[in-house]
Amino acid sequence: MTPANGEVLLELNDVVKSYGTGAKQFVAVSDINLKLSQGEFTCLLGPSGCGKSTLLRIITGLNRATSGTVLYRGQQIKGVNPHATIVFQTFALYPWLTVQHNVEIALKARGVAPAARVERALKLIDTVGLDGFESAYPRELSGGMRQKVGFARAMAVEPELFCLDEPFSALDVLSAEALRGELMELWMNRAIPTKAILMVTHNIEEAVLMADRIIVMSKDPGRIVTEFRVNLHHPRQRKDTAFQAEVDKVYAAVAGKKAPVTEGEFAQRKLPHARLNALTGLVEKIAGEEDRRADLPDLSAALNFELDDLLPLVEAGEMLGFIAVEDGSLALTPLGHTYAEASILARKELIAGRILRQPLISWIYDTLQRDDTRSTARSYFFDQLKGEFGDRAEEQLDMAIRWGRHAELFAYNDDNGELYLEDHNHH
Amino acid sequence: MRRFRFSPALPKTPAFTLGDGLIMLGIAAVLFVGTRLAFHAPAVVRGPEISLSPFALPWYALLSVGRMAVAYFLSMLFSLFYGYAAARNRGARLVLMPLLDILQSVPILSFLPVVLLGLAAIMPQSVAAEVAAIVLIFTSQAWNITFSFYQSMTTIPMELREAAAIFRLDPWARFKVLELPFAAIGLLWNSMMSWSGGWFFLMAAEIFHVGSRDFRLPGLGTYLQSAANAGDLRAVMAGLVTLILVIVMLDQFVWRPLTAWTDKFKVEMTEGDEPPHSWFAAVLSRSWLVEQFGRRVWTPFSEWIDARLQHPLSGHIEPPERLPERGRSPFVIIVAVVFALLALYGAYRAIELLITLPHEIWPRLGLGLGATLLRVIASLIIALLWTVPLGVAIGTSRKLANFLQPMVQVIAAIPATALFPIVLIALLRLPGGLNIAAIVLMLMGTQWYLLFNVIAGASAIPQDLRLTTELLQLSRVDRWRTLILPALFPYIVTGAITAGGGAWNASIVAEHVEFGGQTVSTIGIGSLIANATGEGQYALLLAGTLAMVLAVVLINRLFWQRLYHIAEERYRLE
Repeated sequence: MTPANGEVLLELNDVVKSYGTGAKQFVAVSDINLKLSQGEFTCLLGPSGCGKSTLLRIITGLNRATSGTVLYRGQQIKGVNPHATIVFQTFALYPWLTVQHNVEIALKARGVAPAARVERALKLIDTVGLDGFESAYPRELSGGMRQKVGFARAMAVEPELFCLDEPFSALDVLSAEALRGELMELWMNRAIPTKAILMVTHNIEEAVLMADRIIVMSKDPGRIVTEFRVNLHHPRQRKDTAFQAEVDKVYAAVAGKKAPVTEGEFAQRKLPHARLNALTGLVEKIAGEEDRRADLPDLSAALNFELDDLLPLVEAGEMLGFIAVEDGSLALTPLGHTYAEASILARKELIAGRILRQPLISWIYDTLQRDDTRSTARSYFFDQLKGEFGDRAEEQLDMAIRWGRHAELFAYNDDNGELYLEDHNHH
Repeated sequence: MRRFRFSPALPKTPAFTLGDGLIMLGIAAVLFVGTRLAFHAPAVVRGPEISLSPFALPWYALLSVGRMAVAYFLSMLFSLFYGYAAARNRGARLVLMPLLDILQSVPILSFLPVVLLGLAAIMPQSVAAEVAAIVLIFTSQAWNITFSFYQSMTTIPMELREAAAIFRLDPWARFKVLELPFAAIGLLWNSMMSWSGGWFFLMAAEIFHVGSRDFRLPGLGTYLQSAANAGDLRAVMAGLVTLILVIVMLDQFVWRPLTAWTDKFKVEMTEGDEPPHSWFAAVLSRSWLVEQFGRRVWTPFSEWIDARLQHPLSGHIEPPERLPERGRSPFVIIVAVVFALLALYGAYRAIELLITLPHEIWPRLGLGLGATLLRVIASLIIALLWTVPLGVAIGTSRKLANFLQPMVQVIAAIPATALFPIVLIALLRLPGGLNIAAIVLMLMGTQWYLLFNVIAGASAIPQDLRLTTELLQLSRVDRWRTLILPALFPYIVTGAITAGGGAWNASIVAEHVEFGGQTVSTIGIGSLIANATGEGQYALLLAGTLAMVLAVVLINRLFWQRLYHIAEERYRLE
């Protein structure tokens, strides 16, 4: 059913993108090898920070790769790729231009004469269903309507490669669903001259619903971990068991793949960006389920959490030994069960014991214990961590301080920037 | 109700850098060139004849507004080019931004004598004074507009810039569709600020007169001064009414319509509760003539311009710049080295001139600086004493705001320098006359910055914090100590920085006056500079101007900026 004829449109070879140099170097994506063929609808899927948006920008020429080659129809791209266009997450409409002018400007830049560009703009506005709103300003429109303008503008230039950067994530549920349907209709009926679509998303169901091919990415550094082909027929139904099975399969891949952990080195034991309060909530939620286990997709829906918010919590839960991940579902460990049942004080002690196994936190704690005044400046820790974590040092130290404070291992005075051990005699 | 936001743009580090030092040397070099030229300035400069007839007023008003308009046009042009270069070219940024930073904190009025004398040496008298006035107004208007444009250029959301690139807008289209509209509101706000600041400097420039050198220019400022000098109260009133009328008309026919129009350039995707309204803009938008003009003249004209400047499908579109990258291009290094050499040479020549001064001059300079500093501090304290209570009252009470705010705005719009001759009539006969009059002038020029900032700060205190303080039943003292003063602190500091700069400026015209045929002078750096100008003591003029610039820049760096950073870090309510 998909209009695939297989000719390679875009090819990425060993693409790496990094910022800065030396200890401060941050690798956004590395070792990317990827081919996009004509007739394919491809999704780049992964948690935030995995570099999927960076990759999209490298493909469209909005960002230069540090090394590796980006070929379009066999040619190395220079500057912005003229055959590609983007629909942006935040719409990127010019607020001071009317709907019609927002669409027209794309045509004007390509040298289309005034009369012709008015005609084409009006036709496209009609196509996306915004007839009657030509002279409205974007701020007068709802989010869904704004994104329709974004689609009309992108289609106006008749791109071969249509790129979508989380186009539905800033919309409400209903508008997003409606717009997905409309896009699929245009694509499947070949109402647009587009040769291939590439969509970035962190929404697994959305990817399974729309794509022929799902490329799963992971972070630290951003890289491709695996790839799925989705062979379900369109229009796909979310309730179908085949659809659900597909979603579970992708979930397992996204949640399961992490960089291998080796003890000792800080860099390999990064603290996930998670609040311990929220982790407690998650543990309690799982404890309330049958068998003390829950499916990730169900949890994400029940807690109204995006995958991006949920995954760091799961990671923290695994790290502390409260949660185990098995095939896209979460189970409580015996320790997690104890934690869920414990009193507030007992929980603090349990947490304190567990997080002290994290090298970063135990190092801070030991340093403070060895100090005569039992306090040390934050900047000392920061300087030590810079070599290890580079740009992430600040974030890691903040996380460690947060966790340490939560467990009452140590305290922090923001006014003088000192970390210190609290006097336990007063407890 | 109009919201006032005055925030000086301060660099991140309060420390002095090598670049700052070089820029100070560069300023010394420029001042030296001016002083050197001044050696040939004519010893006697005849001023214009000023008619006190009310029928001459429209002409004088036109002259004054004309000078402002020319200077403003130049400022805008300068700002667009300078801001664009600094934002687009990271090499240029390294030189241009520190330069702008220093220029913003220099007391511009202290340059007036050097500029006047320097220009008088190379141009016919009447032209020299005109050009000097315009240069002065320009230097008072340009920097904040430039900074605003630069800031807008660098804060355009990445996705808007990416959209411009992916839809292949070339530099001209990008400027017209994205960069200029994005900067429009900031440009307008800063233009309004610049105009009200410009009036202060215009009036000062129009009435500048020392000894046998009468640099006055025909205009509203001189009219008011002559009227006060002659004790002609009817003419004083007529002049004042004209000045206020001009300011109100500019507000109604230029700034308000523009404010209403630029509202469409805001980036927020929500409709404001109270979009700015202008009756004149409403009349224009309904007018048949305007519509026809738009359709028949403006649209074809802009299409024609676009066709000239645009290169459709010009092939290569550069991706938007992301992180501010490091590294210096050879071009920048060459420019910086040339600039450094010129600055060093100029500074060397300046020092050569300065060491010709007798030794006993230096303590006098110090004394003058100290005396002026004391006046500046006094005026700030007096301003704080009345603006904080009143500002808090206006800022926290809607009723009071509706009643007082419009009045305050009209009074604040009158440039203090225009009123100065009138103040002199009242104060000069009192004991300590000019000393007090000078403080009053500083106060008149600067208290409004403080008041508007306090109002802004007070109205920004979150309602729930105010309610909590009330629920806790704190005493009046505790309420001020725990909530109001900490919340106001950042605003007071920003207001005081601007106010302090204004007070230093005022000293140039306030400490040495020639009034009713007599010359009155008081100790201060301003009177020192004015005296040196009148008597042709060029080395002293250079020394005085440099001392004042250096003192103000140092006070800003060492005192205000530290306070500002403390305020930003500790007391900013999110």
